[in-house]
Amino acid sequence: MNRILLMILQRFGLGLLTLFVVSIIIFVGVEFLPGDIAEALLGQGASPENVAALRHELGLDRPAHIRYIDWWAGVLQGDLGTSLANRRDIAELITFRLSNTLFLALTAAAISVPLAILFGILAALYRNSAYDRSVNVITLGAVSAPEFLTAYVLILYFSVKLGWFPSLSNIDQDTSFIDKLHQVALPAITLMGVILAYMMRMVRASIINLLASAYIEMAHLKGMPKFRVIVKHALPNAWAPIANIIAISLAYLVVGVVVVEVVFIYPGLGQLMVDSVSNRDIPVVQACSMIFAGTYILLNLTADIVSICTNPRLLHPK
Amino acid sequence: MSSNDISPLEAQVNRPQRTRLQNALREILKAPITAKFGMLVILTYGFVAIFAPFLTPYSETEIVGPEFDVWGDEFILGTDGLGRDMLTRLLFGARNTVGIAFITTVLAFVIGGIMGLLAAIYTGWFDQIASRVVDVLMAIPQLIFALMLLTIFGTSIPILIIVIATLDATRIFRVTRAVSLNVVVLDYFEAARLRGERIFWLCIREILPNITAPLLAEFGLRFCFVFLMIAALSFLGLGIQPPTADWGSMVRENAVLITYGDITPILPAIAIAILTLGVNFLVDWFLHKSSGLKDGH
Amino acid sequence: MNDPLLEIRNLQIDGESDEIWHEIIKGIDLNLDRGEVLGLIGESGAGKSTLGLAAMNFVRPGCRIRGGSIRFDGQELTEQSELTLRKLRGVRIAYVAQSAAASFNPAHQLIDQFSEIPVVHGVKSRREAEKDAKDLYSRVLLPDPDGIGYRYPHQVSGGQLQRAMTAMALSCRPDLIIFDEPTTALDVTTQIEVLTTIRDIVREFNTAAIYISHDLAVVAQMADRIMVLRYGELVEEATTREMMSSPKMEYTKSLWAVRSFKKEAETVASAMSPVVKVNSVTAGYGSEDILKEVSFEIHRGQTVAIVGESGSGKSTAARVITGLLPPRVGDIQLNGKILPKSFKARNKEQLRHVQMIYQMADTALNPRQRIRNIIGRPLTFYLGLTGKQKEARIRELLSLIELEPDLYIDRFPDELSGGQKQRVSIARALAAEPEFIICDEVTSALDQLVAEGILRLLDRLQREFNLAYMFITHDLATVKAIADNVVVMLQGKIVEQGSKTEIFSPPHHDYTELLLSSVPEMDPDWLNELIAHREKHGVMSSTSIS
Repeated sequence: MNRILLMILQRFGLGLLTLFVVSIIIFVGVEFLPGDIAEALLGQGASPENVAALRHELGLDRPAHIRYIDWWAGVLQGDLGTSLANRRDIAELITFRLSNTLFLALTAAAISVPLAILFGILAALYRNSAYDRSVNVITLGAVSAPEFLTAYVLILYFSVKLGWFPSLSNIDQDTSFIDKLHQVALPAITLMGVILAYMMRMVRASIINLLASAYIEMAHLKGMPKFRVIVKHALPNAWAPIANIIAISLAYLVVGVVVVEVVFIYPGLGQLMVDSVSNRDIPVVQACSMIFAGTYILLNLTADIVSICTNPRLLHPK
Repeated sequence: MSSNDISPLEAQVNRPQRTRLQNALREILKAPITAKFGMLVILTYGFVAIFAPFLTPYSETEIVGPEFDVWGDEFILGTDGLGRDMLTRLLFGARNTVGIAFITTVLAFVIGGIMGLLAAIYTGWFDQIASRVVDVLMAIPQLIFALMLLTIFGTSIPILIIVIATLDATRIFRVTRAVSLNVVVLDYFEAARLRGERIFWLCIREILPNITAPLLAEFGLRFCFVFLMIAALSFLGLGIQPPTADWGSMVRENAVLITYGDITPILPAIAIAILTLGVNFLVDWFLHKSSGLKDGH
Repeated sequence: MNDPLLEIRNLQIDGESDEIWHEIIKGIDLNLDRGEVLGLIGESGAGKSTLGLAAMNFVRPGCRIRGGSIRFDGQELTEQSELTLRKLRGVRIAYVAQSAAASFNPAHQLIDQFSEIPVVHGVKSRREAEKDAKDLYSRVLLPDPDGIGYRYPHQVSGGQLQRAMTAMALSCRPDLIIFDEPTTALDVTTQIEVLTTIRDIVREFNTAAIYISHDLAVVAQMADRIMVLRYGELVEEATTREMMSSPKMEYTKSLWAVRSFKKEAETVASAMSPVVKVNSVTAGYGSEDILKEVSFEIHRGQTVAIVGESGSGKSTAARVITGLLPPRVGDIQLNGKILPKSFKARNKEQLRHVQMIYQMADTALNPRQRIRNIIGRPLTFYLGLTGKQKEARIRELLSLIELEPDLYIDRFPDELSGGQKQRVSIARALAAEPEFIICDEVTSALDQLVAEGILRLLDRLQREFNLAYMFITHDLATVKAIADNVVVMLQGKIVEQGSKTEIFSPPHHDYTELLLSSVPEMDPDWLNELIAHREKHGVMSSTSIS
C-alpha cells in the first residue's frame, strides 16, 4: 500500500513541477514581446515620459525574476493582477466566467461520458455489425466537422428556424439553473457531438484490444455467461484505459470550449481569453492559460492515479 | 531442404504474379466506398488548390459587386460583406487554408520525426531530455498554447506555421519514437548496429522503411488536426489574416447571415468538414488494411 | 456406456486471412473413449489447437466450422444452442491453455477464478468450491495449498500457474479436459513436474483428455493413443506403443528420425590460442549481476554449446561477447587480443569476426530489404565489394546455403519460409567472412525436420570454413547433435564445463544430472521410470540445487 501512496505522491509532485515549468514558459514568453507592454498599450505616438510612467506603474522597470516571484505571491493570495484593457481586477473578472465555462463543460461531460462508454462498449461487442459500421462512419463524420460548423448548423435549425433555443447565450449572475440549462443547450450539444464521437472510438478500440486477451477466451471456455465475462473479466482491467480516455476527452473539451463560447458569445473563460489575445491584454492571457493548463494537468494526473489504483500488480505486490 | 518447409510464395504458385503497382490498383478498386470517397475528395481539393486562378474569372481580393449579394447567375454563391465573390474566395481558400495546413504538417513531421527517430536510437540522455521537454509542452492544451504564443509573436502566416508545427511536432515525436522503439528492439536492427552501421543508415534503411505505414496514417490524422486547428484560429480571428481568402475567417466574416437563415456562411465550414472526413475515411481504411495484413502472417 | 465420449466426424474448419477463406481442418475423424488420453501431435500449422477447441464446439475469431459433426456423450454439439454449449464448457469439458500467465485474469485471485466455474454453473456453493480448490491445489502439489489461492496470478511462478490451471480445469470434475501444449512454455526441469502432475491427476479422476503437443517425446508419456496431424489432415493414428515402435507413414517416420543427426567427430581444441576467450566476466543490468565470473574459450572449428534454462544467463553471455552489454569485471579476447568492452568502440575488423544468428528468423531480417541487399550489405560494408563482384558473391553465398540464387535473390523475407529465412540469416553472417559465429537458439523456433536441416547446414559450413560456433540452447538434443564442448549454466554461474563426452557421461554435477534426466525420451515408460528413480534417490528440483 505504501508503494502506491509513494507513486501517487510522485505523480502529484510531477504535476506540480509541470505546472511550475508551464508558469515559467507563460511568464518568460512575455519577455520576448517585441517592445514591451507599455509601448504596445500607449501606441507609437506616446512620449517617452508617459511610457516610463506606465512602465513604473505596471512594475515593468523591476527585474524579470522579481516580477515572476511577485506574480506567484499574488496568485497564491488570489491576486492575479489587473487587466490592461479595462483596469479591472483579473480574479474578479475570471471567477464568474470560470464558473460559466465549468458549467458548460460539465454539462457536456456529464451527458457524453456515460453515453460514450456505453455506446463504445456496444460497438466493441457487436464488432463489424451494421451498428458498429454505422457508428464508425457517423463518429468519423462528427470528429471531422469543425466545432463552428456544428454550432452554426444547430443555430440555423433550432434557433433561427424552430426558435427552440437562443442563438446567443445570455447569462448573468442572477440567471436561474433551469434557465441556464436552456441557454447552455446548443453550446453543450455542439461540444458533446465532438467528444462523444472521439471517446466512443477510443473506448471501442481499447475494449476490442482487451477482448482479444487470452484470459477472456479462457472465461468463455469456462462457460461463463457473456455478461459476466464483460463485467467480471473485462471491466476490472478496463478502468485504466477508460480513465485515460475520459481524461483525454475532457482535456479536449477544455479546448473545444474556446471556439464554442465565441460562436454563442457565451460569457466564459474561452471567450475572455480570445478577446484578451486580440487586445494583447497579457496578464489576462497569462491567467487564463494557467487555468486551462492547470485543469489539463489535473485531468491527466487523475487518469494516472486511477491507472495506478486499479493495477493489480501494484495493488498486490509480490 | 525438407518438403514441409514451404514458403508463402510457393504455396500460392498458382496465383498469377503481379507487380506492386498492379497490387495497389487492385486494392484501390477493392476499397470500400468510404475510402474511395476519401480519395476522390483529396484529388478534387488538390486539383482546385493548384488550378484555383483558372477556375474563376475574379481574383481573391477583388471587390466585384454589392455587399451580401444573393446567389445568382453572375455570383453563383453571392458575395460577401465587402462585395467579393463568394465562390472565388471558396476556391482560393482551398489553396490558402489547405496549403498552409499541409506545409505546417510537413514541417511538424520533419521536426518531430527526426527528433523521435533520434530519441529511439539514442536511448540515453538525449531521449530523457527530449521526452521530458515534450511532456511539459504537451501539458499545455495546444490551442491555448497557440493562442498565447500568437499573442506574443503576433499573427503572421510564417509565425502561425512555425508555432503550430512546433506544437504539433510534440505529438509526432511521441508517435515516431514509439513506433521506432518497436523496430529498435528487433534483431535485424541489433544486427545492423553490431555490424557497425552509422546513424544515418540505421534511420534511413533500417527504421524508416518499417514505420512508413503507421507514420503515413499519422500524417493523415495530424493533417486533419492541424487543418482544424488553423481553421479554428482563423475563425477566432487569430489565424490567417484578411484579406487572404481562408475558410475559417470566411465563416466568421459572414456569420451574421445565419441569423437570416442563409446557409452561405457555413459553406466554407462544410468544405473543411468534407476534406477532413475524406482524409479520415482514407486513414481508417489504410489502418484497417495494414493491421489486417499483419494478421495474415 | 460403450458409446465413445467424443466422436468427431468429417470435421471441416475454415480460417480467414486477408479476406480469403481457406481450410484449416480438412475432414478429420476423431474418437475418444471415457478415461482415455489421446495425443494430438503435429508441427506448427497442423491444426491441432483448432481441432482441440472444436471438441468444445469453440472456434477462435476468424475461423468457422464448415461441416461435419461433433458428438459429445451422445449430444450433437454443432446443433446445440449457445446456452447449452455454455453449460457444457467448464463443467463437462474443460480447457488448459498453453500460457497460464496470459490465461489467468490479472485482476482476480486464483481461487476466485477457480470457484466461479462451479458457482456460476450451480454445481457447488462458494464455500464448497473453495474447500475443493484447496484440496485440488494440494493434489497438484502446489506449495501452501491453503494460501496460494488467495494470490494473484503475477505473484505465482509459471510452473505453479500451470498446475493451478490444471486444478481449475478439474473444478467440476469434467469428463474431458483439453490440454493445449501445457508445458511448452516451461523449462525442462519444471516441465517434468507439471507433466507428472497432469498425468497422475488425469488417472486419479479417470478423466478423458486430449493432449496437444508438438513434442513427440512428451506426448508419448501422456497418451494412450496418438494421432499425427499435418496440414489439417490425419496422417496416422495408433496406440502409443504401436506408433512408437512401428510408425507406418513416411511423414511419421521422418518425425521419429529427426534426432538422428549427429556430428561426425568431436573437434578437439587445438593447441593454438582460442578464437574467443571469455575471461572471468561479471555483467548485469542495474545493480544485479546476471553473469558471475564466467570463463570459457572457443577454438577454431569447434562448437561450444552453452546450456541452461531461462534466467541462467546464457543469452547475456552472448550480449557481453558482442559488446551490447559491457562487462563490469573481466574481458573478452579475440585471437588473444582484448576486445573493447562496448561494440561502439570496436573497429570494423573486430566487429566482422563476431557474427550472430538469431532465434527468430522473422525478426532477424529486415522485412523491407530484398535478400540481395540483406546478404550484400556486409559484403560492401566490411569487404568493400561492389557491382559484379558483389553480385557474384551473393549468388555464391545463396548456393552455399542451398537456396537457388535466381529464385530467391530478389525476394523479400516475407516471401520465404521459416527455414529459408534462417538460412538467409546464416548467409548474412557468412558474408562477413567471420572466424566466430554466435548461434542463439537458432533452431528452437523451427519445426523439427527444418531444424535438423539447419543443423546439418551449420555443421557443413563449419567444416568448410573452419568456423568457431558458440551455440546457445536449452535443448539438450541439439547439444548432443552438434556440440564439441559443453558449458552448463545455472543462475549466472558455470556449473560444469568440458567436452561433450565428459559432460554426457557420469559422474555428473547434480544440476547437469537433473537437466539431462529431465529431457523427455521417446519411450512411453520413460516418465514412470524417471519418477521411480527419483523417488528412490531423493527428489530433486531445480530450486533445491544451487
